Amino acid sequence: MNGERREHYLNVNYGVRSWLLTTDHKRIAWLYLVSITFFFFVGGFFATMIRLELLTPQGDLVQSETYNKLFTMHGVTMVFFFLIPAIPAVLGNFLIPMMIGARDLAFPRLNLASWYIFIVGGLFTLAASAAGGVDTGWTFYTPYSSIYSNTHVALTVVGIFVTGFSSILTGLNFIVTIHKMRAPGLTWFRLPLFVWSHYATSVIFILGTPVLAITLVLVGLERIFGLGIFDPARGGDPVLFQHLFWFYSHPAVYIMILPAMGVVSELIAGFSRKRIFGYTFVAFASLAIAVIGFLVWGHHMFVSGQSVHAGLVFSLLSFLVAIPSAIKVFNWTATLYKGSISYDAPMLYGLGFIGVFTIGGLTGLFLATLGFDVHVHDTYFVVAHFHYIMVGGSVMAYLGGIHYWWPKMTGRIYPEIWARLAALIVFLGFNLTFFPQFVLGYLGMPRRYHIYPPEFQVLNVMSSAGASILAVGYVLPLVYLIWSLRYGAVAGKNPWGARGLEWETGSPPPTNNFDTTPRVTAGAYAYEKEPGEVYSFGKTAHV
Amino acid sequence: MSDAAAVQQHQFDDLEQQHEAAWIGMWIFIATEVMFFGGMFTGYIFYRSAYAQGFAGASNRLDVWLGAINTAVLIGSSFTMALAVHGAETNKRKLLVNGLLLTILLGSVFLGIKFFEYHHKFEEHLVPGSSFRFEGPLARPAEIFFSFYFAMTGMHALHMVIGIGMLSVLVFQARRGRYSAAYFTPVEITGLYWHFVDIVWIFLFPLLYLVGRHL
Amino acid sequence: MFQNLPLFPEQASTMAPRVDALLYFLTAVSIFFASLIFIFIVVFAVKYRRRSDAEKAPQIEGSIPLEIFWSVVPLGITMVMFIWGALVYFDMSSPPAGALEINLVGRQWMWKAQHAEGQSEINELHVPAGLPVRLTMTSEDVIHSYFVPAFRIKMDVLPARYTTIWFHPTKAGEYRLFCAEYCGTLHSGMIGRVVVMEPADYQRWLGEGATGTSMAEAGAELFRRLGCGVCHRASDTGQGPALAGLFGKSVKLEGGGSALADEGYIRESILEPHAKVVAGFPPVMPTFKGLVSEDGILQIIAYLKSLRKEERARAER
Repeated sequence: MNGERREHYLNVNYGVRSWLLTTDHKRIAWLYLVSITFFFFVGGFFATMIRLELLTPQGDLVQSETYNKLFTMHGVTMVFFFLIPAIPAVLGNFLIPMMIGARDLAFPRLNLASWYIFIVGGLFTLAASAAGGVDTGWTFYTPYSSIYSNTHVALTVVGIFVTGFSSILTGLNFIVTIHKMRAPGLTWFRLPLFVWSHYATSVIFILGTPVLAITLVLVGLERIFGLGIFDPARGGDPVLFQHLFWFYSHPAVYIMILPAMGVVSELIAGFSRKRIFGYTFVAFASLAIAVIGFLVWGHHMFVSGQSVHAGLVFSLLSFLVAIPSAIKVFNWTATLYKGSISYDAPMLYGLGFIGVFTIGGLTGLFLATLGFDVHVHDTYFVVAHFHYIMVGGSVMAYLGGIHYWWPKMTGRIYPEIWARLAALIVFLGFNLTFFPQFVLGYLGMPRRYHIYPPEFQVLNVMSSAGASILAVGYVLPLVYLIWSLRYGAVAGKNPWGARGLEWETGSPPPTNNFDTTPRVTAGAYAYEKEPGEVYSFGKTAHV
Repeated sequence: MSDAAAVQQHQFDDLEQQHEAAWIGMWIFIATEVMFFGGMFTGYIFYRSAYAQGFAGASNRLDVWLGAINTAVLIGSSFTMALAVHGAETNKRKLLVNGLLLTILLGSVFLGIKFFEYHHKFEEHLVPGSSFRFEGPLARPAEIFFSFYFAMTGMHALHMVIGIGMLSVLVFQARRGRYSAAYFTPVEITGLYWHFVDIVWIFLFPLLYLVGRHL
Repeated sequence: MFQNLPLFPEQASTMAPRVDALLYFLTAVSIFFASLIFIFIVVFAVKYRRRSDAEKAPQIEGSIPLEIFWSVVPLGITMVMFIWGALVYFDMSSPPAGALEINLVGRQWMWKAQHAEGQSEINELHVPAGLPVRLTMTSEDVIHSYFVPAFRIKMDVLPARYTTIWFHPTKAGEYRLFCAEYCGTLHSGMIGRVVVMEPADYQRWLGEGATGTSMAEAGAELFRRLGCGVCHRASDTGQGPALAGLFGKSVKLEGGGSALADEGYIRESILEPHAKVVAGFPPVMPTFKGLVSEDGILQIIAYLKSLRKEERARAER
């Protein structure tokens, strides 16, 4: 490959216009990558301030108003502008067409529009932060958000509302693409599990996001025009807001974790050189999680005054959603059996994910247990639990995925030693940050507390110390990945010896992904065969 | 067919695939819309069961006749929309253009009547907020009813406005001869959207205007 | 030694050991499964590490018996968790009869408790050990949540609605009280303490703080001042129904249906008299919104409850 200039999606044309007006899903993935990285570090800045403040119990670094805005904007930024789009909009966008042998997503212009919508929503929310912030918590509970808060609730809500359409359109694009554009021979049960999990995620995007959208519209209308739907003083019911909010926001957790599970399936298979054990079970587990995930929202409301019977039903359903998650963990572990396992950095993230997700998932069972949840509800136990899923799970899988497909995206190899070091630092820093919070929560430290009783200090200091280690683990990849763009070793088309259509095209791929339409004769992860036996390429070139 | 080649986008293998993709895409979008309106319907039904009398009383303040006329207007617009699609399908450009124009006209009539109703409610101080006035003991549930009334019909009207915008683009393109029996996907899926918006009204009308009339 | 690093919260109510038992069970199950997974991962990762780049792994499709095994076993274990947790939750939601009744109003950013004997306190709650206590709670503004970690209990405190929480303190001492639902700027300042006293000390405390007016008496005074008695007479001869013995009964409503006359119903009838009109009476009652505070409503409720007691006492005599 040396010397000879091969045309690919990165060098086909240059200039700002060629990027900002691109309809190439791979370039749009880069647009998202850059934007969500920006939001990640914005959210990370807020997190840093929170952890610094919590070093001491007195609340001496910032004032209560500021602190409340910090955790609100940390949550809003991380959830809506990093975690939800992270894997689908970057890796999903880049990989799904390639994994199914398509030239692009079904609606490339819509895909670009999704990014612009995302940016517009992000700007609204950034504007809200810049104008003084918002202090309702990312959950926007009424009547605090609709009547009592004096901060920029409406502006923030508009930002999230707008961004929601970006999610909806991305999900729509994925579903249509996966349905209609699979290469000849690529049947549903030959698809990589990454595609399955994105399909399940897209279903949640489509059915969940609009409910959040309308709920936030109602909150906004209540603030601006004085509607009284959630105002208890006028006969409205603030708890109705919680029902509507969690109807989306619990499935939203699965929006964040399902794509991560998809990435981990690819990582485990690729670095064990084995098909995923119990492929169909893992595939259907994704759909089961997406479906049951819509029926468990009430487990956020066990102490909200809802009826005991509703509590029983929601608890039962929450336990049921644990089963498909458990199936996935067991199958990943079983995949390792008799594999040919290598410990490249992405695999370290993948194995780390299983460990962290196991703890996150098991503590989810604690919270689904009615009598136990009452005590730890709205404490740091919950904070620790969802950070294990979102930060330990989603972010770790995201980083693993970025490393794994980095050669494909850029044509360069990242520096392996540094990457392994970073993976290790992230794992250690993460656990040190969040494990003490389980103890804090059981001791009774409520979340969103600016000032806390002195006996909680030691655990908080441990957590803040972990956070500083974690920060190093997040900045390192930023540095060496950018470095590798220029100085990294040139990657071949399949540096890992993995199976999957994305590895059968150049690194970086040509604009149309494949020079000719591929034909597939076996399922994903056909490691018993040579790639040439599985994938064949026709003679006719695309226009 | 050089026309067909011109409208086929590079990511699709053939026009049929492209058409099916657009079709599925619009259905999925409608699923999203159902959930969007569903949130408000859920809230409405929840409060209606809690404040049956208040909602019935407030509902009596709506003008059933205007609502009924608007229902007829919208059903008519669905018919003209179907005519337009039929015109495209059968290569009758005149029918297509006229069907679209009539649909726009009926949609505008609907919005006009809606605006008139809103204006009337405004004058009667039935807009929720500080200026809300409602005689009798059931003012609070009535205010919630009108909160839902404005939120739901407002969202519906917004969808109508967007639909009229889409139809206008179609008229422009249809006049330039962009659509034929071989390719009329945009007409078809816009029609789908328009019918969906009509159906939302078919649910809104009885729910807001008729429910509890004689309580 | 662990003064600065407590690892376990104090147990100070009958509920605490039951929640802790759940914790032990859940933790044991979790440690077992987490260790199982971790050990398998480590063993496999070491044993099957790649030895040469050309190495090929034998392909294994999967195993349906295994899949069933590791779906059914976790399902069984989670059902144990579900039932156990539900039993504890059920008891948390059912206050025992004869509990000491205390009223509580939350507002940004303080807790105000009112004892039946008339004592009121801010951000503190004095209760006797060894007796179940039931709090009837409401909020004047946003949602708060009453949380006493040492008792392992928590309940949201909602505006325009009553929620209840109960506990049975077992040990005299002072315990932290938190607001657990984010409620605005000074959320983390909405804290206080629950002081559990020996019954004798509690009686002494009650005596010291005595105002001379019990809640029911204050309620009766309000009832007079607001002129409620003009319509609500001792018998059903007034414009409104008689209220003695009403509390806890089911009332027939105008237009069919019935309602249970609990705290929420009485509160609604005072503020929104036309929401539920008692059958046979004209809907003429004006709203008392703005004329009576949340504290006042709770006093009136206490008064109406006391009417029941007096009536019963009379009947027994």
